[in-house]
Amino acid sequence: MKAVVDVKKCTICGVCEGVCPFAAITVGESSVEISDECTLCGMCVDTCEFGAISLPEVGTGPGADLAEYNGIWVFAEWRAGAVHRVSHELLGAARRLADKKAVELSAVLLGHQLDKGLATDLIMHGADIVYLVDHPQLGQFTNEAYADVLVDLIRRKRPEILLAGATSIGRSFIPRVAASLKTGLTADCTELDISEEGLLLQTRPAFGGNVMATIVCPHGRPQMATVRPKVMKPLKLSEHQGRVESVEITEGIFRNRVQVLEIIPEQDQTAKLTEADIIISGGRGLGRPENFAILEELAQLMKGAVGASRGAVEEGWIAPSHQVGQTGRTVAPTLYMAVGLSGAIQHVVGMQGSKIIVAVNKDPHAPIFDVATCGVVADLFEFMPAFIRKVKQERE
Amino acid sequence: MHIAVCIKQVPDTKNVRIDPDTHTLVRQGVESIINPFDLFAVEGALKIKDESGARVTVMTMGPPQAEEALREVLSRGVDEAVLLSDRAFAGSDTWATSMTLSAAIRKLGDVDLIFCGKQAIDGDTAQVGPELATLLDIPYATFVKKIEKLDDQNLKVTRQTDDGVEVWKLPTPALITVIKEMGEPRLPSLRHKMRAKKAQIPVWGIADLGLDANDVGLCGSFTQVVRVFSPPRRSDQILITGSIEEQVEQLFSYLKEAKVPGV
Ligand SMILES: Cc1cc2nc3c(=O)[nH]c(=O)nc-3n(C[C@H](O)[C@H](O)[C@H](O)COP(=O)(O)OP(=O)(O)OC[C@H]3O[C@@H](n4cnc5c(N)ncnc54)[C@H](O)[C@@H]3O)c2cc1C
Ligand SMILES: Nc1ncnc2c1ncn2[C@@H]1O[C@H](COP(=O)(O)O)[C@@H](O)[C@H]1O
Repeated sequence: MKAVVDVKKCTICGVCEGVCPFAAITVGESSVEISDECTLCGMCVDTCEFGAISLPEVGTGPGADLAEYNGIWVFAEWRAGAVHRVSHELLGAARRLADKKAVELSAVLLGHQLDKGLATDLIMHGADIVYLVDHPQLGQFTNEAYADVLVDLIRRKRPEILLAGATSIGRSFIPRVAASLKTGLTADCTELDISEEGLLLQTRPAFGGNVMATIVCPHGRPQMATVRPKVMKPLKLSEHQGRVESVEITEGIFRNRVQVLEIIPEQDQTAKLTEADIIISGGRGLGRPENFAILEELAQLMKGAVGASRGAVEEGWIAPSHQVGQTGRTVAPTLYMAVGLSGAIQHVVGMQGSKIIVAVNKDPHAPIFDVATCGVVADLFEFMPAFIRKVKQERE
Repeated sequence: MHIAVCIKQVPDTKNVRIDPDTHTLVRQGVESIINPFDLFAVEGALKIKDESGARVTVMTMGPPQAEEALREVLSRGVDEAVLLSDRAFAGSDTWATSMTLSAAIRKLGDVDLIFCGKQAIDGDTAQVGPELATLLDIPYATFVKKIEKLDDQNLKVTRQTDDGVEVWKLPTPALITVIKEMGEPRLPSLRHKMRAKKAQIPVWGIADLGLDANDVGLCGSFTQVVRVFSPPRRSDQILITGSIEEQVEQLFSYLKEAKVPGV
């Protein structure tokens, strides 16, 4: 299957040829040919100003009865007995969508002996209903228990949209929910909206963030997305009213195939990259393992984490769990400070979603300056100690 | 033990971008590479083969040229390879991909353990592994950095989470998705290169897999891309110059103004 060219509309201008990432388009003398290399990515469709290229329709196959599905759900995540902030963010984003569609917003809370305050907290962040499931098997996260309970709830109550945080929990079990329900799922969205037809518009980065794509799920229900943490804005609605509904689980739902043997929380606060608001990252420019102490000092002062380029990890200066980038962690803190790292594309894809990016590098042509919101061309060994002194001074 | 590894050939993202001036996709020099996470997956499987003996089969769903990717991992020591290729597979989303891969795993028949990468770097979805496990109705663990044998029926896997690590007991058959710490991929060896060159790689299409054209490719997909565009360009870039003291002052007030916590 491949994109289709409408010969009546095509002017053979040739613009599409240059945009095809797979070199599948050949512009001839009198026609435009699309080869089997076509992956239906839709890039050409968007560029053609004559509307001459289209994609075949997606499957209407095992579609759901759309009218039966109603309302927006947020999977409410908690850690150490408190609502995780990604759930606040999701409720903020979902509140806007629910108001636009004039439907109810519900939060689903799974756990065991959770504090009552959690449900109230979810309501104060925008939920109209909190579905609460309490069971010993939900005290610890496993893919199967969480997914199978959520699937059961969805089958019974039929929400139209389901959102979850793109955290290590959400990204792990939500695909099982989608596959069990036979519906589509879009990962790691950074923007959500409702289309004129009422569909969820799910926008996310692709190709390492070089391209943005908006995705819809026209026939499957619920429309499901995981949403990148720290992107959406939470709302604080202290007056908002809602209700809590305890839900009993269907008998025999737990498979118990997997067992959690041990949970080892990260002790080193500077290694908690995905949670951190501030990350101070270093690369080969640090020159020696001991010099990471400079970054650790600033990270501790600012209550942040320490990141690293693969360059620094390969030198053995810091543990691989600190690596940011394509083969490391993807992070999006408020402040990302890149010190003595060049900003190779494989590094940049892991941090370009950060709100503020400060680059400290002595080479003014280093590619990191292309993504930095604030560039500092300086020798890190002169600049960093002076900057740390300044931060300390201001504290006093 | 029979281990299957799912690998994907992806465009090397470093060359994929939209030209900020013409708004068109720059495709100059876009080469295909094996998804880096899938090489960690191959390495994980080969380590088990080295330590306790196992047959490792690698599979990929993709266009005919994805055969190159299979030959490359054969040259690193994988035993067998299967290419899943059919015009009908084009345009697959993660559901349709998982559907196709699940049919191929069933056709292999005796698979005890499946390795996937944590995610493919073209889409970064990280969904195919868990969806594949769900369709095969086997347990799975994501973001695995270490795998050990617990007893005859169970594996002990260590997985990286946002807040630390977790150790899970996983009965086989099972699927895991792996991260970098699984191990740096070994290089191709001369012996395996020779073998890879001559290897006959079977190609399975929808008929071989007993699939319906409506369940695969674009037809079998639930999600649809409606718009592709260039990320908004940052308009808020500044450069700080002057003496070190001046730069320090400027950066400090910049961060203060932006209300960065901690300054
Ligand atoms: C498949 C694949 C996956 C990869 N995945 C990742 C990944 O996940 N994460 C990642 O980071 N990389 C990744 N890489 C590697 C990446 O391409 C780069 O090689 C790596 O990021 C470079 O590390 P670096 O910036 O520390 O080193 P370099 O590129 O050597 O940069 C060092 C920088 O420090 C500066 N510097 C030196 N001395 C000073 C000084 N005194 N003061 C100030 N500045 C100074 C220099 O100007 C230079 O810009 C990957 C590569 C491949 C092929
Ligand atoms: N077309 C494919 N063929 C084989 N394996 C795939 C394919 N697509 C994805 N995978 C596997 O699924 C993992 C996750 O991919 P994704 O969900 O696309 O991020 C990859 O690392 C591969 O192991």
